[in-house]
Amino acid sequence: MTILPLHLHFSLARSPLKPHSFPHARPQVVTGPAENSVEVNGTYPGGVSGQLPSGLRRELMPSHVAVIMDGNRRWARMRGLPIGSGYEAGAQALRRIVELCCEWGIRVLTVFVFSSDNWFRPKMETDLLMELFERVLKDELQHFERENVRVSLIGDTTKLPKSLQELLANSVGTAQKNSHLHLIMAVNYSGQNDVVQACQKIAVKVKDGLIKPDDINKFLVEKELETNCTDYPHPDLLVRTSGELRISNFLLWQLAYTELYFTNSLWPDFGEDEFVEALFSFQKRQRRYGGRNS
Amino acid sequence: MNTLANTLFGNLISFIRRILFCILSVGPIPNHVAFILDGNRRFAKKLNLPEGMGHRVGFQSLISVLRYCFDLGVKYVSVYAFSIDNFKRKPEEVQSIMDLMVEKFNEMVEEESIVYQYSVRVYIIGNLSLLSDNVRLAAEKVMKATSSNNKSNLIICLAYTSTDEIVHATQESCDDKWAKIQSSIDGEMMEGKREGCFVIKVADIERRMYMGVAPDPDILVRTSGETRLSNFLLWQTSNCMLYSPRALWPEIGFLHIAWAFLEFQRTYPYLEKKRKEL
Repeated sequence: MTILPLHLHFSLARSPLKPHSFPHARPQVVTGPAENSVEVNGTYPGGVSGQLPSGLRRELMPSHVAVIMDGNRRWARMRGLPIGSGYEAGAQALRRIVELCCEWGIRVLTVFVFSSDNWFRPKMETDLLMELFERVLKDELQHFERENVRVSLIGDTTKLPKSLQELLANSVGTAQKNSHLHLIMAVNYSGQNDVVQACQKIAVKVKDGLIKPDDINKFLVEKELETNCTDYPHPDLLVRTSGELRISNFLLWQLAYTELYFTNSLWPDFGEDEFVEALFSFQKRQRRYGGRNS
Repeated sequence: MNTLANTLFGNLISFIRRILFCILSVGPIPNHVAFILDGNRRFAKKLNLPEGMGHRVGFQSLISVLRYCFDLGVKYVSVYAFSIDNFKRKPEEVQSIMDLMVEKFNEMVEEESIVYQYSVRVYIIGNLSLLSDNVRLAAEKVMKATSSNNKSNLIICLAYTSTDEIVHATQESCDDKWAKIQSSIDGEMMEGKREGCFVIKVADIERRMYMGVAPDPDILVRTSGETRLSNFLLWQTSNCMLYSPRALWPEIGFLHIAWAFLEFQRTYPYLEKKRKEL
């Protein structure tokens, strides 16, 4: 449901120069070890849930997946439909991915619903998106409660319509223990603003004499970022659809070691098959965090 | 016969390169390109080279890439030479990389080096206090020697991570704000004014970033097919095009650069529009 402007896109097929992260092959069948909880490569396995598709190993599942849901408008234009239909289809895709995350034991799903950079879009379009978001959220809240999905919000909601602000305030639940999935919605969010507000909070502590400037370290900054609402603030995997190869001011600090996955699929077309490909690509990667493999 | 074939092949490659040059020069050229130099060790292993040779070969690739970029008109090139996280590697490997750095910094101040051919100002940025004295001195020497060069800029990120850069910028911002309050003419500053002095804005952070010497990159290239930022330029690449060719760093060639530039030119109109809106 993110408003990211339409961009003419073409790709030269099968060039050796094309980036690595456009997998085409279906995952191979791989037999993995037993499904006990083991930390591997810095990712914690998700909660015990449904059967994983063949080829995916439970111990290598990411704990936290972040998604930039790009391509809704392009999807609608390609079909000669109004833009609103693109966003509706995007909402359907999001529902599917939320269900799959619950089923496959992914702990946290962060979705880039609306960037603070998107306010420069035509007012009619931003109004349309806000209305759709409010409607979908109203429909889904009970579903989330039933499925034990905990909802959190990051971003500055003060610029949103009042009705949506109230709805968001009601939908953000108190911490639910043993929730299947923690859904974090980034609404009017900017990665840079997140870092700045964290630094600002730290500056206030310095002013009040609680800490000295020399005491400032990355842990203090982490604690003040908006993603402090979860125990897994750093996404293991970021998926961006529609072929655009950039982060667009989403979760900048938190993405330091995140595996990035870019796919040509437009967001409304991103379903189970595409998600499995993304997860398979993730599971093949060697995460070294600056060190070396032995 | 072989020599003739090699010469013909070399001429053909040169010709193709010149054609690509002309094509690329028609469109907008990125002002700043950043590179994550990944794959040196894997390259050495692939070719059964001795330990440490991968980085040496990687340095030769860097020189070639700098030539391509500067010939095409790129003003700033940044490279992720050594991350703070890389100190976790084996001490021998860290030492050999540091020795290589010192050797190459000293070579840069020689007249035949690429730095003088292209009048490159060299910046070495990062948490330099983590480096040993000889490396830090060599770095300071090359920065001083090239400070009056003004055609192009090479930013070498050494003992760098983005999160460290942001923490450092925050510390400095707080230090400055605190010093402002302490040294205010009227020592008895009103409470409201003191609050106002301690507001940190985006501009405050950006002013104190190590990377404040350059504009944000237009393209970030990471070789060896890995698609992650590894704590490099997180702040500065929020709207930057990311490109991750499968080639290992020592295998990177002009075609990869050309491809990245063509992709950049394709997305340029949209990105420019967005930049103006912001």
